[in-house]
Amino acid sequence: MAATEKTISQVTKLGSSDYKYGFSSNIEDVKAPKGLNPDVVKYISAQKNEPKWLLDWRLKALETFFNLKKPEWAKLKIPEIDFQDYYYYSSPKSIKDKPKSLDEIDPEILKTYEKLGIPLQEQKVLSGIAVDVVLDSVSIATTYRKQLSELGIIFCSISEAIKDYPDLVKKYLGSVIPVADHSFAALNSAVFTDGSFVYIPENVRCPVELSTYFRINAKNTGQFERTLIIADKNSYVSYLEGCTAPMRDENQLHAANVELIALDNAEIKYSTVQNWYPGDKEGKGGIYNFVTKRGACRGDNSKISWTQVETGSAITWKYPSCILQGDNSKGEFYSVAITNNCQQADTGTKMIHIGKNTTSKIISKGICAGQADNTYRGQVKISSKAKKARNFTQCDSLLIGNTCGSHTVPYIESSNSDSQIEHEATTSKINEEQLFYCQQRGLSNEEAVGLIVNGFCKEVLQHLPMEFAVEAQKLVSISLEGSVG
Amino acid sequence: MLEIKDLKVSVDQKKILKGLSLKINKGEVHALMGPNGSGKSTLSYVLSGKDNYNIDEGSISFKNENLLNMDVDERANKGLFLAFQYPMEIPGVQTSFFLRTAINAKRKFLNLPELDALEFAKSLKTISEDLSIDPEILKRDLNLNYSGGEKKKQEILQLSMLNPDLAILDETDSGLDIDALRVVADGVNKFRSSDNAFLIITHYQRLLDYVKPDFVHIIADGNIVNSGDYSLAIELEEKGYEKMANV
Repeated sequence: MAATEKTISQVTKLGSSDYKYGFSSNIEDVKAPKGLNPDVVKYISAQKNEPKWLLDWRLKALETFFNLKKPEWAKLKIPEIDFQDYYYYSSPKSIKDKPKSLDEIDPEILKTYEKLGIPLQEQKVLSGIAVDVVLDSVSIATTYRKQLSELGIIFCSISEAIKDYPDLVKKYLGSVIPVADHSFAALNSAVFTDGSFVYIPENVRCPVELSTYFRINAKNTGQFERTLIIADKNSYVSYLEGCTAPMRDENQLHAANVELIALDNAEIKYSTVQNWYPGDKEGKGGIYNFVTKRGACRGDNSKISWTQVETGSAITWKYPSCILQGDNSKGEFYSVAITNNCQQADTGTKMIHIGKNTTSKIISKGICAGQADNTYRGQVKISSKAKKARNFTQCDSLLIGNTCGSHTVPYIESSNSDSQIEHEATTSKINEEQLFYCQQRGLSNEEAVGLIVNGFCKEVLQHLPMEFAVEAQKLVSISLEGSVG
Repeated sequence: MLEIKDLKVSVDQKKILKGLSLKINKGEVHALMGPNGSGKSTLSYVLSGKDNYNIDEGSISFKNENLLNMDVDERANKGLFLAFQYPMEIPGVQTSFFLRTAINAKRKFLNLPELDALEFAKSLKTISEDLSIDPEILKRDLNLNYSGGEKKKQEILQLSMLNPDLAILDETDSGLDIDALRVVADGVNKFRSSDNAFLIITHYQRLLDYVKPDFVHIIADGNIVNSGDYSLAIELEEKGYEKMANV
């Protein structure tokens, strides 16, 4: 059997039973009534004691959602989603108000996170990383808060921010992703439950990595997180999110909105390691991941950099984008998307150049195995005001086997003759000679595939924060061994 | 160490090796010489376990085990090393990282703990100095944009670091200038011991001037047609393959 065939058969043999975060926890929860209607929105808002302006905003968003059609540009086979068949709010029963200390947290929840490798106890917290933990619809705990607040940094759940910093929230919420942007954005605006809020004050460089860990536990529950990060003038922050979910036969819905705002000379580095349950090898179950992430470089010389490692989910629909408004602002997008078995991904970015001398860089690596489909879709738009704007795009695809598909769909629009746009794209199959060479040096077939694929992704992985790069490398290898682990 | 008996191999129905036998003992260096298309490289691929070579008849035992039952990586970890004629480039994988990965794969196979980083660095430094390999090159991607000579030296570096029992050198001398040839030969001589063995596959005598073989075999049309000592290589150089193959 040829080496690649061996790889393919191994990849198929290993079912999704290898997804190591697939366990579910027995945590009693409080749910909103099933379905999507104004009463459910009111229920969510009431659970969170929200001000009226926000409830009104949500209700308007719901109306907008009902009036909008699902976006259809992606090369994805999305089964009809019955939005009335989901729960839009699920909270662990034990957490009525957010616990003041970790001692108040249900031990079952603590156990869940220990299993996931995310210790919540302060003495065990990962050094150098502050974590906000979101289970289903609510934030469970946020570590390191006190130390951060001494620097004026706000890092809390969005629900708390709505209560404690209403002015900031009101000013920026929905300012990057308008409610009516598309139907998933509207849906999130109507029913978003929790997520993280970050504010970095002027002239502060956040000394630790901020991180949010999302976990969907409850059955038939959608997770609609909302994250808002504001980097004031001359500030810097690096933020990382990770996600996992139990193995369930039903498809679960995840529709997040993430908004980033960078003011003058500010920099935001946003990294994602997405490892939602991908479904089994026949394509049963798995998360539908419809995510809107957008950053606005509002200030001059500001910079927003997205790095994503997408290995999970049955369907990934995601285009982290940058609006380069400030002069000399910079947008970057580094992406690794791995699809195996029956997974589908349509992911990429939008770089909208508005300010002068704005630059953007896109490096996308797609890896495809099994019967999976993987599409890069990216837009580079240069407005007439964006004098001397520059873009560089590189899209590489790696195929494993003969039954998967990889596609690159770039949209380039330039209204400016002195801009410079470069686009490079390659598609290759995993090279049998390379595999043989590695195996002759003693590496097993899986180790060889892992090594070669990690080499292929290196340009992207090296942009991850150090602490996570190693994890991501392992994840890349494991994803292709069979499933996501 | 290695015993090949009556080996018949075909590729896509085409017969390449036609009943080849060869025995290599510990401490011996064998040279296999032959014209293009005689089956030299096929033998090296069959020994290392590459796909798409059909073993029609015959047997190969390596350290008293049936080699043909083993996977490629198992053969490697049991001590069989192939220095490639065309070493592969692996973009994004640092050369030193690759070496460490390979060494640790072997150690894992042998139930040994991973090699300590310091120890690894030390032996890497010593051996690469011996082979006059620029340390900078070890930080680059494996074989990527290496010159022909650098690639071949890299193979000998890997050989020395992995410490195999049997090393097969597949036309390691091709594409080398005289200086690089000497460095490569020195590396081989240094590694050569009474515990290991070499099979050196080559077109020319010149590598054998530096690495003196104990045995020389001439292969033609899928079979060994003549065997002797070093003098056979000299004779071959004088008379050419056509004459010697008919002896």
